[in-house]
Amino acid sequence: MNILVGISQVPDTATKIVISADGKSIDTKGVKFILNPYDEFAIEEGLRLREKHGGSVTVVSIGADTAKEILRTGLAMGADKAVLVKGDAVDSFIVADNLSAIAKDISADIVILGRQSIDFDSFQVAPMVAEILGWPSVTFVSSLNVDGSAISAERDIEGGKESVTTSLPCVLSAQKGLNDPRYPKLPDIMKAKSKPIEERASSSAAPRVSVQSMELPAAKGKGKIFGDSDQDIAEVVRLLREEAKVI
Amino acid sequence: MTIIAFLEAQDNKLKKTAFETLTAARGAGSEHKVIGVLLNGTPEQMQEAAEYGLTECVNVTHDILNIFSPAAVASALAQVAESENADLVLLAATIHGKEVGPRLAVRLQAGYIPDAVALAISGSDVSATHPVYAGKARVSLKIETAKKVVSLRPNVFTAKKVDAPASPVARSFAPSLGTGDAKAPVSSVSRNTGKLDVAEAEIIVSGGRGLKGPEHFYLVEELASTLGAAVGASRAVVDAGWRPHSEQVGQTGKTVSPNLYVACGISGAVQHLAGMSSSRYILAVNKDKDAPIFQTADYGLVGDVFEILPKLTKKISETVQH
Repeated sequence: MNILVGISQVPDTATKIVISADGKSIDTKGVKFILNPYDEFAIEEGLRLREKHGGSVTVVSIGADTAKEILRTGLAMGADKAVLVKGDAVDSFIVADNLSAIAKDISADIVILGRQSIDFDSFQVAPMVAEILGWPSVTFVSSLNVDGSAISAERDIEGGKESVTTSLPCVLSAQKGLNDPRYPKLPDIMKAKSKPIEERASSSAAPRVSVQSMELPAAKGKGKIFGDSDQDIAEVVRLLREEAKVI
Repeated sequence: MTIIAFLEAQDNKLKKTAFETLTAARGAGSEHKVIGVLLNGTPEQMQEAAEYGLTECVNVTHDILNIFSPAAVASALAQVAESENADLVLLAATIHGKEVGPRLAVRLQAGYIPDAVALAISGSDVSATHPVYAGKARVSLKIETAKKVVSLRPNVFTAKKVDAPASPVARSFAPSLGTGDAKAPVSSVSRNTGKLDVAEAEIIVSGGRGLKGPEHFYLVEELASTLGAAVGASRAVVDAGWRPHSEQVGQTGKTVSPNLYVACGISGAVQHLAGMSSSRYILAVNKDKDAPIFQTADYGLVGDVFEILPKLTKKISETVQH
């Protein structure tokens, strides 16, 4: 089974966001970058599928040279191959276009991604890859069973779960709870440092959206904070009813 | 410009987000034409949508669409958009919408903006704002293609009824769909019956570690029940096994934007704020006056949740009844 896992490098969740001088991106000075947390579930699921069904796992990321760091994490976890597409990951269509091209090149049977990358929170690359390839997709997968080419999966929806049956080839996006990602072992981390990372140029697709501006959310007016007396509670209830009009 | 508003239904009833989508489309201005699109819609659905300003409607009819499959829905919507020569398709960023929107955009060779919290339509230009970096920033994106698709974050665009609803002009559309288009159809659905889900509730009462144990969650449940609210939980208490993952609000849980979010015993870690900071109003109850949640809250009560919650529930119950 040829398994392609798309991963991305994102600012650590605890990062304080500062807008850069161009007003269109964040200032990356001093920002710690990590492997997108949902992508850990995607890599782990890819490795488990390989352990069960054979084949190989290729991890791919679209970004600058710094993204090699997360590709090495993928290799240290157990991926067989790593590919860096040199380009800018801001336009999700271009990311999807590149992933689809690589999926074709390696004759992938399955493409696994995280349910979202926690930088742009767009939830769009998995369905786009599926549509470009003409494949089925199941997003927000919290449980997966692959039997031959038959797939049954569970996904989280509003107020419940959906069961979906489909078949390979297929695109999946991983939800928390799908598995417990392994920690790479020190010798594997050392070995991953010297493994080759294939580099590719980005596809020639034109961007379909452009960033006009990026800004911090409007600061909220200072909240009305009270103590715990009966009068305080009565006042908050009054405000909820008369000022906010939400109860 | 011709705008298509996809009106999503569940169990044969239009979702609240369908009315929000319709209202957002109408908000673009009367110089634009708005067409509502239903999948195997009913006269009742059309009538209900008319109250929110639906005047023109395309009802897409096909057996394959009775069972949700993102590829089939995207194909059907793309065919309608082409046949109506639509410039912009709006849909709700529900779980299903998040899978249909990107597919539809690929089919129409359209630029796509996901999960928008603000939409600007000017002439033939469409731009929208979408929260990024866990809500710590907002990006304004402009679509550069002729065809455009935007999904709207639920509960952000307020649905507004019109004063004098008209009977919508409706026509049927039979898309060309084969079994090969129904990729990954849903085989079964299980819903948490009797419980309101955080993703759809107008009020959410969430509990965190400050409740000290699962046995104290009844305080949150009682307040929620008084308010007709859904129960939510922080990651810490879900990880500890006190509450199910379906209730988790935050970066690794659900993103919600209710009218009122009540955070009880939740300190407000950035991962939690990522899931609820776009709520319209936030009330925080916490004993630590320096907890980060008070920086985001509109209203706050500083004190012991075990003392405040029963009093708050009682006071609200008296107030709401009168």
